[in-house]
Amino acid sequence: MARVVVDSITRIEGHLRIEAVVEGSEITEAYSSGTMVRGFEKILKGRDPRDAWAFTERACGVCTTVQALASVRAVEDALGITIPANAELIRNLMFCTQMVQDHAVHFYHLHALDWVDVVSALSADPAETSRVAQSISSWPRSSPGYFRGIQERLKTFVESGQLGIFANGYWGHPAYRLPAEVNLLAVAHYLEALEWQKEIVKIHAIFGGKNPHPNYLVGGAPCSINLHEVNAINTERLNHVGRLIKQAIEFVEQVYIPDLLAIASFYKDWTLIGGGLRNYLVYGDLPTQGYQQPDSFKFPRGVILDRNLEQVLEVDGTDAEEIKEYIAHSWYSYSQGEEAGLHPWQGETEFNYAGPTPPYQYLDVEGKYSWLKTPRWRGHPMEVGPLARMLVAYAVGRTEVQEVVNEVLERLDVPLEALFSTLGRTAARGLETRLAVHWMKEFYDQLLANIKGGNTMTSTRERWEPSTWPSEAEGVGLSEAPRGALAHWIRIRDRKIENYQLVVPSTWNASPRDASGQRSAYEESLIGTPVADREQPLEILRTIHSFDPCIACAVHLHDPRGERVHQVRVH
Amino acid sequence: MIEVPGCPPIADVMTGVVTHMLVFDQLPELDGQGRPREFYSRRVYDPCYRRLYYDAGMFVESWDDEAARKGYCLYKMGCRGPVTYNACSVTRWNEGTSFPIQSGHGCIGCSESGFWDNGPFYQHLASFPGFGIESTADTIGTVVGIGTAVGIAGHALVTNICKRREISERVARSNSIEAESARPEQPEEKEEVE
Repeated sequence: MARVVVDSITRIEGHLRIEAVVEGSEITEAYSSGTMVRGFEKILKGRDPRDAWAFTERACGVCTTVQALASVRAVEDALGITIPANAELIRNLMFCTQMVQDHAVHFYHLHALDWVDVVSALSADPAETSRVAQSISSWPRSSPGYFRGIQERLKTFVESGQLGIFANGYWGHPAYRLPAEVNLLAVAHYLEALEWQKEIVKIHAIFGGKNPHPNYLVGGAPCSINLHEVNAINTERLNHVGRLIKQAIEFVEQVYIPDLLAIASFYKDWTLIGGGLRNYLVYGDLPTQGYQQPDSFKFPRGVILDRNLEQVLEVDGTDAEEIKEYIAHSWYSYSQGEEAGLHPWQGETEFNYAGPTPPYQYLDVEGKYSWLKTPRWRGHPMEVGPLARMLVAYAVGRTEVQEVVNEVLERLDVPLEALFSTLGRTAARGLETRLAVHWMKEFYDQLLANIKGGNTMTSTRERWEPSTWPSEAEGVGLSEAPRGALAHWIRIRDRKIENYQLVVPSTWNASPRDASGQRSAYEESLIGTPVADREQPLEILRTIHSFDPCIACAVHLHDPRGERVHQVRVH
Repeated sequence: MIEVPGCPPIADVMTGVVTHMLVFDQLPELDGQGRPREFYSRRVYDPCYRRLYYDAGMFVESWDDEAARKGYCLYKMGCRGPVTYNACSVTRWNEGTSFPIQSGHGCIGCSESGFWDNGPFYQHLASFPGFGIESTADTIGTVVGIGTAVGIAGHALVTNICKRREISERVARSNSIEAESARPEQPEEKEEVE
């Protein structure tokens, strides 16, 4: 029995440590630890609730905007503010921009290298890569000369001895299975995706002034629409957005999805690995009839227990019995004791570091071992994220979701159960990107129709002034970050923030076990995962990366040593 | 040490600082706080394209009001442009696509030290930081001296009321219908300037 420690897991955002017990060539136990602390709950106390979005958004620059969206919704919920239809559409466009960019970046730049052997691409025949590319997509950049050029660039990298962005890979690992030609195709698209992703985020700049961290506003969207003014969202700005959406649809349909299917077809055994938990939680998002109408959301709200797709349970963020956070294995203390679970409105953030003094070999996993709290829904551990969203939408009978899911299952010739896996998670991410990019066009067309009909309103002024607020109020803002269910809870007293709690997706997925020993999603998903080479635990990365870890918002801000450790230690 | 402040800094500025060193084989010239003058020698407000409305006392009074839809100055909505040194209003963001003020939200001053405590963000600055002050970060630091602003206010007032008339007339000429609705706002604005 050996314990494999990966600290930090790279190609993620933030600091994550995995300790996995390997017996023979299989993982039998796993521990997930967030090794930085977050302090937003403390930072926000006493501030103006209308400012909170600008703080929470800065939890992370990767899924920038979603923390702002959850924040303004929490404040609007507390104060009873309904935003105008155009503001909802602009928020939806910004949400989808984020999701599409984030998922594509995750696939190509964070996750693909778990499946694609970059160095192997050097031995590819560019003419054969061209043939493969043209057989799976009509994307124009597909000539033998184009792929030869990419190969030359890669060669220069390797010969210089500096792999640069490709430096930290287990190149040559036996678990890599793609032909050299497909590896070259993926490397070419890695580089193209890098270029394209900086285009799509310009939608954030147009409506929110910049990316990362575009501006939000309690009560609507800060940009005004005026077709007769150069100084507002006008035809030129809208044309720009339309162009970027068209470009995004082309990229996702002609590059991302064909690549995903091509790569997945070589790794179908990974539909049997990494399934983990059997429960899925979705708050839902993308309102089409207003945020107060969850039935109208493009991503429906709901819970699936024990993989039972026949029944979707309701979720209520305000119900004190549903969502609670526990700290039995987290470096916090609660005034009500170690066993207590607190609904976020009653949430407490008191640091209580009880871990070893670095440098250390292992964490004390019998005690506290993470800076993440452990959230539970009615006591159940839940997986959140793209797979959860696709499953809930599929289960409630959304035909547009069922169609894209069924199409992929058919093309890969795998059953529905294949979704409950590492590869299923990665496929679900691609599928919702495909849906989202077309939904953007719908939202955009609706925005144009509203403007044409004379409705240009983007913000309500109701209850902007603190003098109009009640002396006490509480609210919850539910959303879906690219990585899953995201919510902020706020209590306002005397026009200031009295308490603020963020429960973010990677807290659900990456948290330590609870007091009764139930593992959370990362830990559970690693059980049974094969490890061919303990010195190069590529398989751990595949499954953990399939969740797209973003530990910056799950835990945050401060590394007391001011340094990072990028290494794998095997004991 | 070169300081490139911002939360985050503008990507093109970051690249600019690195390429400045690589291409020209020299350090960029720095101000008293170690920031490259190339990008941090002007307040966001100095070259802001909405500056003329500030000078003319034409302000957005509430979100998405008529003034917002015409792109007037966001000072009263809390804009920190007058006390923030950064290149946003010239370089802009995302390859020049936009910057916060262009998209209707005030600057929150994210490149100033301790900006998170320089709020609340929607409360407008306690005093006009001055009209046409040509100070740099070297002499004035991160917070513009209010005393200086008061000292020159007399001169500024005259200048700016003239400017406002000129700008208002220009707006009126371009759209006589809108000018009617804009005119009643003016007496109130004059008080604010004084």
